[in-house]
Amino acid sequence: MTTNLDPVALAVFTFFFALVTVMGFIASRWRAPKTMGHLDEWGLGGRSFGAWITWFLVGGDFYTAYTVIAVPALVYAVGAYGFFALPYTIIVYPFVFMVMPLLWKRAKANGYVTAGDVVYGQYSSRALELAVAITGVIATMPYIALQLVGMAAVLKALGLTGELPLAVAFIILALYTYSAGLRAPALIAFVKDIMIYIAVFAAIAIIPSKLGGYGNVFAAADAAFQAKGTGSLLLGGNQYVAYASLALGSALAAFMYPHTLTGIFASNSANTIRKNAVFLPAYTLLLGLLALLGYMGHAANLNISSPNQVVPALFQTLFPSWFTGFAFAAIAIGALVPAAVMSIGASNLFTRNFWKAYINPNVTHEGEAKVAKITSLIVKIGALMVIAFLPTQFALDLQLLGGIWILQTLPALVFSLYCNWFRAEGLLAGWLVGFLSGTYLVWINGLKPLQPISLGGAPFTVYIGLLVLLANIAVAVLITAVMPRRNALAT
Amino acid sequence: MNKRSWPAALWLLLIPYIGLLWVPFYNFREPALFGFPFFYWYQLAWVPLTSFIIWIAYRSLRNDD
Repeated sequence: MTTNLDPVALAVFTFFFALVTVMGFIASRWRAPKTMGHLDEWGLGGRSFGAWITWFLVGGDFYTAYTVIAVPALVYAVGAYGFFALPYTIIVYPFVFMVMPLLWKRAKANGYVTAGDVVYGQYSSRALELAVAITGVIATMPYIALQLVGMAAVLKALGLTGELPLAVAFIILALYTYSAGLRAPALIAFVKDIMIYIAVFAAIAIIPSKLGGYGNVFAAADAAFQAKGTGSLLLGGNQYVAYASLALGSALAAFMYPHTLTGIFASNSANTIRKNAVFLPAYTLLLGLLALLGYMGHAANLNISSPNQVVPALFQTLFPSWFTGFAFAAIAIGALVPAAVMSIGASNLFTRNFWKAYINPNVTHEGEAKVAKITSLIVKIGALMVIAFLPTQFALDLQLLGGIWILQTLPALVFSLYCNWFRAEGLLAGWLVGFLSGTYLVWINGLKPLQPISLGGAPFTVYIGLLVLLANIAVAVLITAVMPRRNALAT
Repeated sequence: MNKRSWPAALWLLLIPYIGLLWVPFYNFREPALFGFPFFYWYQLAWVPLTSFIIWIAYRSLRNDD
């Protein structure tokens, strides 16, 4: 893989990056409200996004730049197992269809901005609110850092090494997010998503013909796995449960994150969300095809030092420089959209569930917006520092744990939409059990998300997040059941 | 929250979970399609299929906004 500066690729890349930078700053005037001095405006785009904007925003926010790099990388390294992202991002949508419109209605009716607001509103428990809010923030921080990893992969392939280009890109992002709030990533998402669609469809149409067709791509990957003795085109018998439980657990966790919830709360109606559950799977098709780039990497006999370089190296090897520059710009811009929404989601949590709850309960709407804006700057600088000064593996491990942690907030956030039976004490205890036991199990398994289990028969592994969610729910049910019933007046 | 009566079409939403989470349904190479082993095209086929199922469920709900 070349890391020399390629002027054509770099010029195209710079052009598109400059384009979205201008758009980011213009965004504060796009669909401009009477005042930006309100968290509903800065943090949720005025809850006014219709079906199209929501489709681009949630699509751009959920299918991140890191995904674009990491899913093909995992498929390149291990084969079929890496494909769990595909069933995961399919079965997430029936869940979104059933749950998120109800959650949106509750948020809209009560002016909730975050998951913490929803939980506090339902259970009047500051402790449960804090648990949900802190989980959201710590699960999001490493996720933002990983967007930088995705961006760094393409910057490096362009020949822009060192931390400086990354820092410059991120500071620009921080500035226009500060001024335009959620409108900035919403506007940029249009450009980003269209570019990603073009890049991926060109890749899956053109690359196989250069490599002798899909049959040949799969055969080459098969041969490569057999030669190195690990990985396979099909799942091993002991991988079935791991594959299915990772898909299900990830799907349940996906819309508990602050960035995805922010996209949901920012839409203008429950029906907008339902429509999006129908049409968002288009991105999943994209992801599934993108994952195949991992196998194309084997067919193209790439010589790369890390699986994360599969996608950049494929484009560099098989496409002219101008298109490589275009595709890399798509990936780098693809990092900006989720990073912006994630920092906004984290800032909303801090503002509503920490600042308003503990520092200044009488904070005005304008004050809330100001606190959130400043927090979003701090969050981004924090993510930049993590990538600059800590090993990347640290962010990866934390992101893995983050997925398990955020899944533990599901009972507190979702159950109240369907029944009023659960008590805050039970849900809090369940969260604590899930959080601690999940962390412990990941730790003793060498920072892997899978726990080996043998129930008499053949041993298998299961996704720890899902396993401890069951414990979480069991504890919540048990404690709620043994507590004295609250009287009717208390509700 | 009480006046909800769920149309039968919503039960269809369970189908993708069954089709995708029961791995023994699809962990094969044959029959291949356009060079894709069954494992891959089967799961990719669930994308439009799930979209269609959700669309049916969508149609069965009254617009309640």
